[in-house]
Amino acid sequence: MSAVPRPEGWAHAERAARESYGRLVAWLAYRWRDLAAAEDAMADALLAALEHWPVRGVPERPDAWLLTVARRQLLQRARHDRMAHAPDVLALLDEPDAAAAEAAEIPDDRLALFFVCAHPDIPAPVHAPLMLQTVLGLDAATIASAFLVAPSAMAQRLVRAKSGIRERALRFEVPERREWGARLPAVLEGIYGAYSIGAQAAGADVQVAAELPGEALALARILAHLAPDEPEVQGLLALILYCEGRRPARFDAHGRFVALESQAVGAWDRGLIDEAEQRLRAAARAGRQGRFQWEAAIQSAHCQRMYGGSTPWPVVASLYGRLVEVHGTVGAAIGHAVATAEAGAPEVAIRMLDALPPDAVKSHQPYWAARAHLERRLGRDAAARDAAMRAMGLTRDARVRAFLQSTFGVTGAA
Amino acid sequence: MHYMLCFRQTLEDFARGDDPAQAQAYWGAWTAYVGAIQATGKVVSGNGLQPPGSAVIVRERDGRRQVQDGPYPDTHEHLGGYFILDLASVDEALEWAARAPCVTSGSVEVRPCLPPPPSRA
Repeated sequence: MSAVPRPEGWAHAERAARESYGRLVAWLAYRWRDLAAAEDAMADALLAALEHWPVRGVPERPDAWLLTVARRQLLQRARHDRMAHAPDVLALLDEPDAAAAEAAEIPDDRLALFFVCAHPDIPAPVHAPLMLQTVLGLDAATIASAFLVAPSAMAQRLVRAKSGIRERALRFEVPERREWGARLPAVLEGIYGAYSIGAQAAGADVQVAAELPGEALALARILAHLAPDEPEVQGLLALILYCEGRRPARFDAHGRFVALESQAVGAWDRGLIDEAEQRLRAAARAGRQGRFQWEAAIQSAHCQRMYGGSTPWPVVASLYGRLVEVHGTVGAAIGHAVATAEAGAPEVAIRMLDALPPDAVKSHQPYWAARAHLERRLGRDAAARDAAMRAMGLTRDARVRAFLQSTFGVTGAA
Repeated sequence: MHYMLCFRQTLEDFARGDDPAQAQAYWGAWTAYVGAIQATGKVVSGNGLQPPGSAVIVRERDGRRQVQDGPYPDTHEHLGGYFILDLASVDEALEWAARAPCVTSGSVEVRPCLPPPPSRA
């Protein structure tokens, strides 16, 4: 298969098709009230587009073209089992002229799609996979590798979630503004979860690394475009932009891991970090702080080195303190401890680590990496080596493993 | 549920364990990994195996016995060791599989174990 050259214009066609994908799935799902059917129809339309566009050129209105094909697919299916659908839904899709007319201005229903994917009735671990599939059109096998799940199991979870949406008739609607406080965090959590998983997998799987962080950034950008006045949405986008901006510097030219404080500022993507600064400042003007704005503010402080300063560790430590108040996860507590140590109080910092519940940190790699670092700052080399050993055993990244081994002098003998 | 993690390595991987220049990195990675798994308290059993060249392979076909020296000929990836872990889900087993030092050159196969046969008391 790989010997068959892709026709000229294939990449252009693919890009144009993917731009439209989420918007059209959202539109169709909203009207058809069946996410899985809308996706199937769009998949067929995309296939047709990738067949025709590279040869005949991308049509003037790609959306209209794709929508016409997708509607035809849905209609064929509907005629097949006409009884299953409400007459008003069928009527809506049955008017061929309306299709073309409407396609000129397809309303962007993707915000509704985000909210239905992260609905409280859908299990939380499926939120991000659903968004990646329905908004961006990622296939189940790619998603499965990224999330470290068997492909068959991932496909099953996605199908189950979509039939759950249909059976419970979950509305494809943007919730009332007053409900956002309860509903929005799940959407943001899902997108950030996808980003973290992708960035974490960066060493283990080059393919995943290339794809998932970029896809999560795309989701965050779409959401920020759809909800420009929501500070936490902008905060999430800023956070991802900061992390993406620094990601190229995590490994040097020889593929060796480089700790944040040793990263060459020149290797950071200044464009992304500048954009993150703007987003964060805009978010802060709303005067409604939240978890993602605190996280972004911490990253902003880390990036001060890019603007000629040094890392303001006391500021980082106090920002982590605020984060722990609003979002007291193990990860936030570890960050708080490390910043506290860097700000000059390693004894306080190690007590912060000691206070974490043992079951929560037993297999948590960042805890052991932080512990190794702090033990060494306290001059306790044997304890540092033991902790580094645990961190080595828990990492998925061979480069991080090699870094820990050489930094802490871990040998093969237990 | 009990899951078996089978660690498969290439012959080059096995050779790293004997190469003075690479042995420390190789055994350091495995010792750390095994230590981290054992710290969970979920290990039912497990063993590392001597290199595939130490294997002896026994077959019988059409009533004729064949005994052959290792390494097992029809594969690039050879069993280097295994763990049986008592875990809540296959997702947890995959998590441990992804951390194994051999995933970047070999592989880890994760399989649920059959329940033990009924005992004849």
